Amino acid sequence: MIAQRVALSLLILFAVSVVIFVGTEILPGDVAQNILGQTATPEALANLREKMGLNEPALSRYLSWLGGLLQGDLGVALTNGRDIAESLISRFGNTLFLAAVAAIMSVPLAIFLGLVAVRYRDRWPDKVISAATLTSISLPEFFIGYLLMLFFAVKFPAFPSVASVYDGMGFLARLHAVALPAFALTLVVLAHMMRMTRAAVLNVMESPFIETAELKGLSSFKVIYRHALPNAIAPIVNVVMLNMAYLIVGVVVIEVIFVYPGLGQYLVDHVAKRDVPVVQAAGLIFAVIFIGLNLIADITALLSNPRLRHPK
Amino acid sequence: MYDSSLLDVRNLEISVAGAEPPIRIVQDVSFSLEKGKVLGLIGESGAGKSTIGMSTLGYGRGKLHISGGQVLLNGRDITQGGRSELNALRGKEVSYVAQSAAASFNPAHRLIDQVVEATLEHGLMTAQQAHHRAIELFAALGLPSPETIGSRYPHQVSGGQLQRVMTAMALCSEPDLIVFDEPTTALDVTTQIGVLAAIKNAIKQTNVAALYVTHDLAVVAQIADDIMVLRHGKMVEQGSVEQIIYAPTQEYTKALLSVRTTQHSEAPAGQGPVLEVRGVTVGYGEADILKDVTLSVDPGHTLAIVGESGSGKSTLARVVTGLLSPRLGDVAFENAALPLKQSDRSRDQLRDIQMIYQMADVAMNPRQTVEAIIGRPLSFYFGLRGQERSARVYELLEAIELPIEFANRYPAELSGGQKQRVCIARALAADPKVIICDEVTSALDPLVAEDILLLLEKLQKERDVAYLFITHDLATVKAIADSIAVMHQGNLVRYGPKSQVLSPPFDEYTATLLSSVPEMRLGWLDEIIAARSV
Repeated sequence: MIAQRVALSLLILFAVSVVIFVGTEILPGDVAQNILGQTATPEALANLREKMGLNEPALSRYLSWLGGLLQGDLGVALTNGRDIAESLISRFGNTLFLAAVAAIMSVPLAIFLGLVAVRYRDRWPDKVISAATLTSISLPEFFIGYLLMLFFAVKFPAFPSVASVYDGMGFLARLHAVALPAFALTLVVLAHMMRMTRAAVLNVMESPFIETAELKGLSSFKVIYRHALPNAIAPIVNVVMLNMAYLIVGVVVIEVIFVYPGLGQYLVDHVAKRDVPVVQAAGLIFAVIFIGLNLIADITALLSNPRLRHPK
Repeated sequence: MYDSSLLDVRNLEISVAGAEPPIRIVQDVSFSLEKGKVLGLIGESGAGKSTIGMSTLGYGRGKLHISGGQVLLNGRDITQGGRSELNALRGKEVSYVAQSAAASFNPAHRLIDQVVEATLEHGLMTAQQAHHRAIELFAALGLPSPETIGSRYPHQVSGGQLQRVMTAMALCSEPDLIVFDEPTTALDVTTQIGVLAAIKNAIKQTNVAALYVTHDLAVVAQIADDIMVLRHGKMVEQGSVEQIIYAPTQEYTKALLSVRTTQHSEAPAGQGPVLEVRGVTVGYGEADILKDVTLSVDPGHTLAIVGESGSGKSTLARVVTGLLSPRLGDVAFENAALPLKQSDRSRDQLRDIQMIYQMADVAMNPRQTVEAIIGRPLSFYFGLRGQERSARVYELLEAIELPIEFANRYPAELSGGQKQRVCIARALAADPKVIICDEVTSALDPLVAEDILLLLEKLQKERDVAYLFITHDLATVKAIADSIAVMHQGNLVRYGPKSQVLSPPFDEYTATLLSSVPEMRLGWLDEIIAARSV
């Protein structure tokens, strides 16, 4: 069962690589034109195209790209001639760090709030939690970002408004630097996960075995986390993983606001310059993350089912 | 006054919270129970018997709550306690055994952890002591390999075993009182007998008091010391088992006792079968779920197919309707072979065989009126529209003895018996020659079920329709069948006219099956257990 999922994921990844390649292929515009500018002579353009291998047929360019990828070679950026893998790696590290901090804050908090909402269902704690998380998801991320900046960087300057990080920075200093963007991201993803936890656990709370647990004299919280939560893992993990993917892939706006040197900014910069190899490489990395996280969600859901873990 | 009483319920009233006008589910019920005694609570669904049982744990399902009277347990009134007081007694002084053990165990945890949970939660024993006690109880309740069965998950053991584990779970914390809520209702009769014996034994050995909730008088007669008969949330009659079984004073109790006395006289064989199942085998070779089954039913006759869960009787119905294709053999209708697949059958072939299901609730679209439900086959098979269709729907309503105003009602506005009647009307609307009745009375109360059987019999006489009557209930079989097919693990073990099948000499399985049906007399369980252990 698990092997099947893994194989399927690899197949999807391969399909995505084709889509990315074809997609960038049909994009309008021309790198050579872009680099040399509108005033470039036709001869100069032709020379540059030849040098960059743009005249090869698409299929052979795809195959050599794919071959490179499999060996960890993402190619060279057209605009500055630097190795893409090298520039990506530090950016990617930054993105992962920010995502990890946001995840460590938001996932346990979301599940805890979800359980509290179940415990006090339809009473004021449930309503307050629902209202607060809904509000935070309804506000655009840039607005949350600026709001946090206003309060925690300007009025009460506890954290920097510009999340600048550099190589060799200490862990705590780094944490301090990303505090505000991580907090903003937490507010953005909290509501989804909290509401799914609440809904999934409430669904299980209808089961007869919950009544059994209550009639054993367990406290409400023990009933919820010991008997309901383990049976609600699968849907919760799915939503958590989708939000994890978002934290890595979808944080461009937050990165821009806090001037954070992550993958999103790097991608946007190179899209603007029509640097196809960079766009392709970044797109593929995003695809790997999305597919990988969903694979983890699938496998966790399978393993959380005792019928599959312990067959008859 | 009742100093010796463990449990003393006085003028109990239970109602729906926040309902206006007030809805009282239980009214003015009083009883007391001593240590080591068993009180049977008897009644049909809606009688409030489970509700009363749960009130001794201070628990009400949904919005139910105790709105009057007292429940004194060990001298304390538990209606006065808050959640923390109730938690202190639930699972410690009183424990609960639910109807469906399969649904009442948490699928995510091992059995042993669930069995000892209440004991550990209340700090009654160390983990080691609790495990030791659980294993002792597993052995006492006759579970196989008591040392290791606890490390299994609920889905890894059978229904009968789960029910025993649940009893062990209730006994583990050494409570003073156990509430058994229909603990054997979901089990097959041959399984039920072992579980009943185990429960009875455990009660005797531990000297625990018990409330035994059931709708089955014959079952409770084997276990209880006293019986309380309930109807519509009120007490009808209370007395010793002997008095209730042999000398009931109330009409309602007499009706409950006499439910199983109807008999259908066997019709003589007809002039050739309307439906034949010929050498049907279903499965993939190694473990066939139906093995070479051949049987037939005559027009206007009833063939009862009897068997326990897993015997293949529903599979047979699926083959007849064409939902499942057999590996070998086929089905013939009026001497002509039917296409195996439903999608290959003509509209008339489909019309001739109709089906009525066990759960009338889920077999109807809740958003359609009765008229739309019954009218659908009329439009589909006969192209009836408008006035013509309505007229036919009214005729059918009359045939199933419902007033024609019911045409505008939705399923949710009907009682269980009325819903099943609408399902019968829907099957009749197609004017079929064969109706497959799949456990059509199993979900109904005995008195209601009796009426449905009478209706089916009346309709059969009027329309000469043949029934393929699938059931696990031998009393129903006696009441309706002309011929009987006994199925066991995919095999047809006994088949023939009713008089022949139900008279000796029996094969081994049929003998076990017949002797497992609870009889409405004292001491039946003890006799049968004694006879079998020889």
